[in-house]
Amino acid sequence: MTAAPWTEPDGSVHGGRADVGHGAGGAAPKGIVVAYGFWIFLISDVVMFSSFFAAYAVLFKNTAGGPAARELFDLRNTAAETALLLASSFSCGLSSLAVRERSLKWTQLSLLVTGLLGVGFLLLEAREFAGLVARGAGPTRSAFLSSFFTLVGCHGAHVTAGVLWLGTMMAQFWAKGFRADICRRFLCFALFWHALDIIWVAIFSLVYLVGTLPPELLP
Amino acid sequence: MSDLERPKGASLEGDRAPGQHETPSLRGELAGTLWGLLLAIGLTAASFWAVRTPLIYGPGLAVALLVLAVAQMGVHLVFFLHITTSPDNTNNVLALAFGILIVCVLVFGSLWVMGHLNHSMAVPDNGSPMQP
Repeated sequence: MTAAPWTEPDGSVHGGRADVGHGAGGAAPKGIVVAYGFWIFLISDVVMFSSFFAAYAVLFKNTAGGPAARELFDLRNTAAETALLLASSFSCGLSSLAVRERSLKWTQLSLLVTGLLGVGFLLLEAREFAGLVARGAGPTRSAFLSSFFTLVGCHGAHVTAGVLWLGTMMAQFWAKGFRADICRRFLCFALFWHALDIIWVAIFSLVYLVGTLPPELLP
Repeated sequence: MSDLERPKGASLEGDRAPGQHETPSLRGELAGTLWGLLLAIGLTAASFWAVRTPLIYGPGLAVALLVLAVAQMGVHLVFFLHITTSPDNTNNVLALAFGILIVCVLVFGSLWVMGHLNHSMAVPDNGSPMQP
């Protein structure tokens, strides 16, 4: 079936059908349903993160006489983490293309690069956390630091889970090839990995960059 | 693909899964991913540059960073997650819109309520009993 171009009431033309998105034509294919369900999960995950962001924003000034964000955060480290995660998001996008082209070599290569960049990010974050704890700025020091470690640590835990999932995907592609169900799992993994980078954008902007602004410039 | 080959009701032109590609050509997809990377790098660099430069009005910096972050999230959504406003994306966009609503209610609602609470307690900033 070739879809005829369809003109919307507002004059825009698209290649789909008139009844798109309205349940006509029966149930959607499995790939659509699976990815949509995972999309709903990701959005609920973002909602959970937003409550951690809210806690951090509310508790930001409650340092209990301890060190504040400006004295603790090293923006060079944050920039390196950001670069690693952005590069891994890009190479994850490349692996999506490799899977679509059914190229096992490029899929495994780009997934390997994605995973190594993710591990590099985790190492930098672990080093940062260890440094903070060694300076007496651990999560028990103040409400500000509790909320900081909860928010950023939760993101780190997600990246750890993502790296494990990535390894599983590489093994499954290697052992079972581009089977339909494996490709659906991979689509979900790619969504997960890109969503983690979106959350990191909020973290590096609002936690690190806004957090290290001079106090008189903060809202 | 003819109608006979496809199981009844399995319309490929119908909804689109989040993350599913729009253009069929590999070259076009590659270009899209590269554009996404370039835009994301540009916006990230702008954020890190903004906190160093004296060119931006100080009290507006936090808002500038928020705007840059939202812009970069949009870039990631469009170029990496392939969420667009096309009709076959309706369900994905609706779920996303609802999620954004909840996020805004949670974050701004918390800040608003807690700000008022702190204000009503009327405690000084230094060594106040509000600080745990």
